[in-house]
Amino acid sequence: MKEQWNDRPGGFHPASAPDYLPKAQLEDLQLRRFISVVERAYANVEMFRKRMEERSMTPSDFQSLDDVKKLPFTLKSDLRDAYPFGLFASPMSEVVRLHASSGTTGKPTVVAYTKEDIEVWTSVMVRTFAACGLHRGDIIQNAYGYGLFTGGLGAHYGGEGLGATVIPISGGNTDRQIMIMKDFSVTAICCTPSYFLHLLERASEMDVDIPRLPLRVGVFGAEPWSESMRDRIEALSSIKAFDIYGLSEIIGPGVGIECQNQHGLHIFEDHFYPEIIDPESGEVLPEGEEGELVLTTLSKKAMPVIRYRTRDITCLIPEPCPCGRIIRRMKRIGRRSDDMFIIRGVNVFPSQVETALLSVEGALPHYMIILEREKGLDVMTVEVEVTSEFFSDKVRAIEDLHKQLSHAIENTLGIRVNVRLVEPHTIQRSEGKAKRVIDKREVNL
Amino acid sequence: MKIYQLSLFLENKAGQLTEPCSLLAEAGINILTLTLADTQQFGILRLIVKEWQKAKSILEEKGHVVNVTEVVAIEVTDRPGGLKEIVDVIDQGGLNIEYMYAFTFGRKNKAVLIFRFEDIDKAIEVLLRNKVNVIGNVDLYEAD
Repeated sequence: MKEQWNDRPGGFHPASAPDYLPKAQLEDLQLRRFISVVERAYANVEMFRKRMEERSMTPSDFQSLDDVKKLPFTLKSDLRDAYPFGLFASPMSEVVRLHASSGTTGKPTVVAYTKEDIEVWTSVMVRTFAACGLHRGDIIQNAYGYGLFTGGLGAHYGGEGLGATVIPISGGNTDRQIMIMKDFSVTAICCTPSYFLHLLERASEMDVDIPRLPLRVGVFGAEPWSESMRDRIEALSSIKAFDIYGLSEIIGPGVGIECQNQHGLHIFEDHFYPEIIDPESGEVLPEGEEGELVLTTLSKKAMPVIRYRTRDITCLIPEPCPCGRIIRRMKRIGRRSDDMFIIRGVNVFPSQVETALLSVEGALPHYMIILEREKGLDVMTVEVEVTSEFFSDKVRAIEDLHKQLSHAIENTLGIRVNVRLVEPHTIQRSEGKAKRVIDKREVNL
Repeated sequence: MKIYQLSLFLENKAGQLTEPCSLLAEAGINILTLTLADTQQFGILRLIVKEWQKAKSILEEKGHVVNVTEVVAIEVTDRPGGLKEIVDVIDQGGLNIEYMYAFTFGRKNKAVLIFRFEDIDKAIEVLLRNKVNVIGNVDLYEAD
């Protein structure tokens, strides 16, 4: 068969063309799309129109990209309040797909797609996989959950759009995942990074040597993970691990992806317009400053979302990327403005604990942070699973490790914490987003 | 001359011994002896069983962390001073003991000492040179 453009790694996929649009052209495209999305939302979404009217604004007030600042934010609670279909801008006859978020608190948030929206979503996922060096002939094991969660189908359509072979295995059933990875000569996997670590752990118990398999690319997302976790994954599995970013409110996976340089995530800003704001004041921050990521969908038809507050903390990287893409990068998201917790007056992000644990040789990052209140005082306990790597028959060796873990965390956070070593597999594994914190303090208030 | 000892990590909470014990019981594996090292934070259960490979895989299958350590078993006459003679040899040989425990078994008037040495090969050489009754698998497991 004739060689095709995407038979080789590094091959250029036509769908990736917008990644390289000259800046002026990109901005022109963004502006045209921005104006039309404001018009569309104003005409079709009651909540949005009311909010504009309260501010005496009409779509004609928007002439430049800078005008985006004038618009009110959309919050997660707005989506919840509009349950189920209140924010749709298309009649149901044009909606071809519905997804919904996990809805950990009360009702889920529902998102809708027209046929065109699905096409845009597919194209950004094709660009995502292309940036990770995937191409026709690759075999992608898609272990994101299929269903209401956007991860599974988003990656599925993208993989097929690329021309790769997609295995729609969905999440769970770890032993079967490993069997298929091996028997089907899988070259790429999509899942959460914590689930991939779990797979690695199980594979070694099953005597499957992952580094010797054809697997070479991991596309990991749906939860924040640290640079040291990446180092650990890459060292244990000999694959290249890419961070993917997305959220169902905006489209699903495919909002941003790392390129081969693995230094920041390129945002597909021809479809998703990024701003960084001060999470307290709501003011837009200058490029390069760290704050909360706010996204506006520029081309969504069924459910345009304007200035959505993601709660994810990052910054835009002003320098051009050596890969040649013009679309801007954001720093990897290590934390969210709302997974932070405050203990004895100190702000703590789970990712800080993770980095500290990983700095100690032999510690695998299966951990859980437990917050309790004892006699009016907050107590933080980090449970860490003992692994065969660092288990010893000698009490002293384990006590040393225990001490090292405590010191590492205390040095990072500056507060005293309890470290409790627990038996393996006692911390709950998630097949979706890893739960890292159990806050029992409210109960005692 | 080396005996294989299994070590298991246990969390320090009630009922932690039950599962490993019943797993071994179900598999028909007899525990020759055991010792429990406990700290405020955790415990280490050390076991001597004949079918240690089988025991290890059964325990690991159920998610326990199991470590295999080579230890030395020494048979002594069960009388005052029995241990002292051995300890003297160990001292004079400059051997470092990580830990030890003792038990009596099938043979009348005999006790077995289990030693975990820092350097097991050197230890066996010193013990044998001093005519200490280091026993191997057969002697240990066939006694009962």
